[in-house]
Parts: sequence; C-alpha cells; structure tokens
Amino acid sequence: MADALHTSEARIVAASRVQDMVFAVLGITVLLMAMAVLATLVADLMSDGLARIDQQFLTSFPSRRPESAGILSAWVGTTLIMLVTAFLAIPLGVGAGIYLEEYAPKHWMTDVIEINVSNLAGVPSIIYGLLALGFFVYGLGMGQTILVGGMVLALLILPIVIVATREAVRSVPSGLRESAYGVGCNRWQVVWRYVLPAARPGILTGAIVGLSRAIGETAPIITIGALTFIAFLPPSPIQATAPFVNFDWLNSPFTVMPIQMFNWISRPQAGFHVNAAATGLLLLLMTLVMNGFAIFLRYHLRRSLRS
Amino acid sequence: MLTAPEGPHVLRAEVKSLKFWYGKFQALHGVNMPIWDRQVTAIIGPSGCGKSTLLRCFNRIHDLYPGIRYEGEVNLAPEGVNLVDRQIDPIMVRLLVGMVFQKPNPFPKSIFENVAAGLYVRGIKNRSELEGRVETALRQAALWDEVKDRLPKPAYELSGGQQQRLCIARALAPQPKLLLLDEPTSALDPIATARIEELIDELVKDVTIVIVTHNMAQAARISHQTAFMHLGSLVEFGDTGTIFTNPQAAQTQDYVTGRFG
Amino acid sequence: MTAQSDDLTFEALRSSTVLRRGRILARTMSVVLFACAVISVLITTAIIWVLVSESWVFFRQVPLLTFLTDTQWTPVFTNARYGVLPLLTATLWAAGIAMAVATPLGLVLSVYLSEFARPRFREILKPILELLAAVPTVVFGYFALIFLTPLAKQFIPGLSGFNLLVPGFVMGIMILPYVVSISEDAMRAVPMSLREGAFALGMSRWRTAFSVVIPGAFSGVTAAYLLAFSRAVGETMVVAIAAGQNPNLTSDPREGAATITAYIVQMSLGDLPHGSLAYATIFATGLVLFAITLAFNVLGFFLRRRFREAY
Repeated sequence: MADALHTSEARIVAASRVQDMVFAVLGITVLLMAMAVLATLVADLMSDGLARIDQQFLTSFPSRRPESAGILSAWVGTTLIMLVTAFLAIPLGVGAGIYLEEYAPKHWMTDVIEINVSNLAGVPSIIYGLLALGFFVYGLGMGQTILVGGMVLALLILPIVIVATREAVRSVPSGLRESAYGVGCNRWQVVWRYVLPAARPGILTGAIVGLSRAIGETAPIITIGALTFIAFLPPSPIQATAPFVNFDWLNSPFTVMPIQMFNWISRPQAGFHVNAAATGLLLLLMTLVMNGFAIFLRYHLRRSLRS
Repeated sequence: MLTAPEGPHVLRAEVKSLKFWYGKFQALHGVNMPIWDRQVTAIIGPSGCGKSTLLRCFNRIHDLYPGIRYEGEVNLAPEGVNLVDRQIDPIMVRLLVGMVFQKPNPFPKSIFENVAAGLYVRGIKNRSELEGRVETALRQAALWDEVKDRLPKPAYELSGGQQQRLCIARALAPQPKLLLLDEPTSALDPIATARIEELIDELVKDVTIVIVTHNMAQAARISHQTAFMHLGSLVEFGDTGTIFTNPQAAQTQDYVTGRFG
Repeated sequence: MTAQSDDLTFEALRSSTVLRRGRILARTMSVVLFACAVISVLITTAIIWVLVSESWVFFRQVPLLTFLTDTQWTPVFTNARYGVLPLLTATLWAAGIAMAVATPLGLVLSVYLSEFARPRFREILKPILELLAAVPTVVFGYFALIFLTPLAKQFIPGLSGFNLLVPGFVMGIMILPYVVSISEDAMRAVPMSLREGAFALGMSRWRTAFSVVIPGAFSGVTAAYLLAFSRAVGETMVVAIAAGQNPNLTSDPREGAATITAYIVQMSLGDLPHGSLAYATIFATGLVLFAITLAFNVLGFFLRRRFREAY
C-alpha cells in the first residue's frame, strides 16, 4: 500500500478526494451561514422585542407614547384581511389549477394562460398594489377598505395556489381517473369525488404557504393607502341578532401588522423600535408556524403516497 | 375447457368493421365479431396486437385521451345502439358497460363507498337500496364473507386479489349489460388468479363477459369463445375448443402452440 | 338474482333526470373553472392597463426622453425634475449587490444539495431553507436597518445609516432559497447517465458537477438567476426601510439612495390626490419596474421550459 501511494494515479485519487471534501465543507459552510443569518435575525428580534409582548401590547390601540401603544387594530386587521384573501384566492386558484390540469385542451389559449400564471408569480408585489390603487380604489371607487386589502393579497398569492393545485392534481395517479370514468362518472364527478380529495393535502400545503406569504406582505397594502394609525376596530362580523353575520367590516378602514411594524421602524424613538421588534417577532412566529405546518403536511403526504 | 351452452346463441353485442386510430396510427383495421349473451369471450394475441385497444372501445375509455378516432360500429343488442357513435355520450356507454382494469385500482375510500360508486352516479341515494345492492354485488364477486364486517374500512387494506374482486363488485353493482375484464389477473399471484377464474365461471350465468388475456391457458380454461388478434386485425374467431385444438389460420396455430408471441 | 338487467336501456338513461342534472352541473362547472383560469389573464391585462392609463398624465407632461435621461428625480420640489435614472441606478445597485451575494452562494449550495448531500439529509435541509424564504420582508428590513447596518459600520468606513450595501446583502440572502430551489431542480434533472460517463473517466464529484452537471443544466440554472434578479429588482420593504428614501444618483453603494419601489412606498405614505402629477409618477416608475421584471420573467420562463423539454 505504501508503494501504491507514490504512483501518480493514487495521487490523483487522493487529490480528488480532498477536492470533494473541500467542496462538501464549503457547501455546508454556506448552508450554515444562511442558517446563521436566520438565527441572528430571530435572536435580534427576541432580544429587542420579546419582553414587550404582553397583554397590554395585544389589547391596545396605537399611541403616541411607545410604552402604551399596541397592535390590537393591526392583528384584528390582519385576521380579517386573511379571511377575505383565503376566501377569494383558494377557490379561484384551485379552480384555475384544475382547469389547466384536467380540462385545458392543448392549444394557444392554454399556452397563454400558462405563461401568464408563471409571469404573475414573478410580478413584484408592489405592482399588485398599484393595480389595486388604480383599479379597485379609484377605478371602481371602493376606497381603502378591508375588502380591497384582501382582494389585492388574493391576487398576489393566486399564482402560488394555482401552481400548488396543478402539482397536486398532476400527482393523482391516472388509474384513479380511469376507474372513476369507468364507473360512468362525468368529468366534474371525477374531479369532485376522486381527484380533489386525493389532491387535497397538496392543495392545502400550497394554500398555507400562500397565506403565510400574504400575512407578511407590506408593500401592496401601503400602496393602496392603508392608514397606519387606526384607533378603532371594524364592525364585528358576528352579531347577536339575526342574520347573526354582518359584512359591514368589509368596508371598514384597516391597518395590518406589517404596516404597523413599518410605521414604528420609521419613527426615530427607540421605544417604537422595540414595538416594531415585538410585532416582527409575532409576524415571524405566525409565518414560521404556518410554513412548518405546510412542511409537515408535505412530509406526511409523501409518506402516505409511498405506502 | 367449457362447452357452449345448449341452444342457439343470443347476441349481446356485435362489432362491425371497427377501425380505431391513436392520432395517425391505426390500431384496429376493421374488426368484425359477435359477443354472445352470457358467455365469456376471450380476446388473445401477442403484445401490441390491439386486444386491449379493442376492449377499451366497448366502454369508450379511449375518449379520455386526445387525438383518437373510431370508425365502424359496436352495436349493443337488442337496441342496436352504436356505442362508438360520436353522437353517443361516452358517459352513457360506461353506465351500461362495466370495466375491470389490469391493476386493481380501488378508489381511496371505504369498501362500501367503492362498490356504491357506480350507484351514486346513477342517482341512487336511498340507504337501504344502496346497502342491498352493495351486498348483492359483493356476494356476486365472492367477497361478501370476507368484508361484511369491515365495509367502512379503507379498500387499500384488502389484499391484491381482494382488491381486484372489489373492483369486479364495483363494476357489477350497477348491473351492466357487458363486463369488460382487461387482463384482470396479470398483477395477481396464482392463488388469487384461480379465485378470479372461478368467479368468472360463476358470474357468466348472469352477465356477459369479455376478457383480454395474454395467458392462453387462462383463455382456454375460462372462455366459451375466443378471438385471436394480430397487428390490429382479427385473425380468427370461434368456439374456444376449436380455436385451441383445430384453428383454421396458420397464425393462430403458431400462436396457440407457442411458436410466436 | 340477475346482474344483467334488461330494463336498463339507452332510452331510459337518456331521459334520466339524475343524469341530465349531472350533465348540466358538469357543463356549468367547466365554464366556471375556465372563468377561474381566465381571471389570471385578466389580472395581467388589468395591470398593464392601469399602469399605462394612470401614467398617461405623466407622460403627457414629461417627455419620455427627459424621463429616461435626466439625472435628477425631484417631483415634489418647486423646481421639479423627472429623470428616472437615480431611482433606476439605485434599484440596479441593490439588485446587483443581491446577485453578487446570491450567485456564488446559490451555486455552491445547489451543487452541494444536488450532488453531495445524501437524499435523507437533503429532505431535511430544503424545508429549513424554505423557512428562510418565509420570513416577511418587513422583518428583513428591520434586521438590515436596526441590526446589520450599525454592525457593518464598524467594519466599513464611510457607511451611512441608510445605504445600498446592507439591504443589497440582505436581499441576497433572502433570494438565496429561491435560487437554490430552481437551480437544484435543474441540476437534478440532468440524467444520471451523463454523470456516470464523467465518473467513469475518473472525475471527482465536484469536477463532474462543474464539467457535466452545470453545463447540462445551464439554461435551468440561468433561468434561476434571471428570476432571482427580477425578484431583487421588485423587492420593496428591505430597500424602503434600509436604503433610505432620497433619490440619489450615486456610484457609491455605501450611500443611501431610493429605489423605484422605495419611491413608490414613500409617495403612497403621503396624501396623493388622484389624477395629480405626483400620483402619476408612481405609475410611471411602476411601469418601468414592471417592464424590467416582465422581461426577465419571460426570459426565465422560456429558458426553464426549454430546459425541461431538453430532458
């Protein structure tokens, strides 16, 4: 063996082994670096803002004094906006995804829709804000309301839901479709009874990822001119008298958590920066929990497909 | 080997100069053959001969894929409706003609829901009627005793052979005029295969069966009539006994004696 | 007991109300689903229409040539100047710095994930990387301004409180998962047989990666960078928070300068009378932004598609 090490082949082998090792270490270093950024970010937010999160912070309106300010109107706004977004984006996105996978004939129209969806996914979020400002707020005269906020975020995450639906539907085995058609189902029955239930986990994953993106989106909401100082709550969606639901909240002005955070970052006083960190921490927590759930679902889905 | 029942055959369906294209490729070149009522008709031939293509014309499952074209007729007796007519909704055809595929493909639902699937499509919602017909179909498919205590359990928990019998029950539940079996035992072990063959023997008392098989011994064991296909054409059709012992065409002779295929 | 019921006839089926209702529902739903798909096309149309029609006011008063060549952007001053160059250069600086960070890191990381990491390990790493992509951009902005910039000031002399360098770096980290996910997909789609050929010649893993896999996945990897660049150009909150809101034609990334997106945010925060020239400026600059990202997205789309068709 000692002799063999002196041959040129052995040296090449040894050298390439070292090269591979160096590259693997490099790869892991980059990975650790990216993780370190994420960890630092979380640590920074926690050291700045964790202590600020308490009942007062969650139940107070914004204020001129940082220590008595809170995010009540912001988290209520975020919740209501997400309701509207989910209600619009999920059915629309799932519908479009199903159409493209199960119905669309192979011709130019389908090609146009396909290029279009892929392009929409890359349109900067602020452009959606300009669309909403020019079209919904002024063009249709809808104003800066929760409905418009929910609509613009729904448009923004539509491509995410469409792409996830397509992938989920595509992964449904074709044998399932053949047997469903075999018992005499029409196309809609095949989709509704067999394809959609089988694709549900994948679609759900996409919807959650999309909503988590929408929760953190700031730019399009700023662009439509949402207010940053809201010291009241929208009308409650539930009421004590019939019909028990109330849609007045849709037309209410609003603020959301990312906007509240942005507003506090732009103030000079350090006290507001603490509030911003606390809000950021909560936002981060929400998006990470949602994404974690989506990852869990996907993992679970893969396992059930394998068995 | 089975002998044909006494008396004249009654026509259940008739294939008349049937041609079929996948895009530009012609897969069937004018096939003519009868399907006799309450008999097992086997379609045999080497791979790529068009036997599955022919079978899949009977319930228009081809229509799921773009670029296909039929010419000719598959008439269902006694009405004489041409199943491959463009004017006929393929859904209607599938409501009259049941099909069982190569690999067991139960729906990812419960055993009960699987058998009832075809009944829901026909608008049957009455619980007791559903239960009755599901039981009947499962008994016909010789599966009732094995699953009667676990109807709400997922169908995937059944063994491969049981799953295939479940698929047969699913096809039987709506009382089809024709039952198509596309190599139903090719994914099964010999014991499960034997059970399916026994079942076919039993079923044919009530329902007309067309089966595609690459297993000549199986065709000889279970069918009354046999059609031998080659390169998209029907070479020979006749009583199974004749086809296997005294075929007219040299190609059939070569195939059934194992000289090519 | 007879399975073959002769009362089930074509005529009976044809006149069955259950089936007719089913057919009507199926037809209705195919129209509804088509409508859902068409809405996505309408969105693009609406975007273009809004951007063009709302910036009409602007381009009627400011000649296109002035808009593209003037070196000052001071729309709210009494002596207003409307040159988009300061905003555009700041945008490209920030996106360029992001790419300078994301390109090498993304290449190393995607090669590592696709060629080196074991499948089990990769399945754990990819979701963790996705978490990085899930962080809200406003949080990244806070991180850049309040944490990283003061830190970087200690190492980089002359760095202002608002600058292009730190937000550019943060954006680079932000788009990293995106770059990695697309280019790693492309690399893994390279057929195993190509790698086997290289290994058979005695190549090491990393040499195989750089001489066979990356060239094989070239159009897919390029698409990843084009799409990532488009994303960096369109990114808003990080630059709006940490790069400042002062239009500044600069060649020094240590200075602060407003990007197109930061300018739009800044204007939207104030009171913008509908139909005014100030209102029209955000649509005019938005149009420039949209045109740039559209070009890169479409290019990326076709490169990616060509790549998929190749294998």
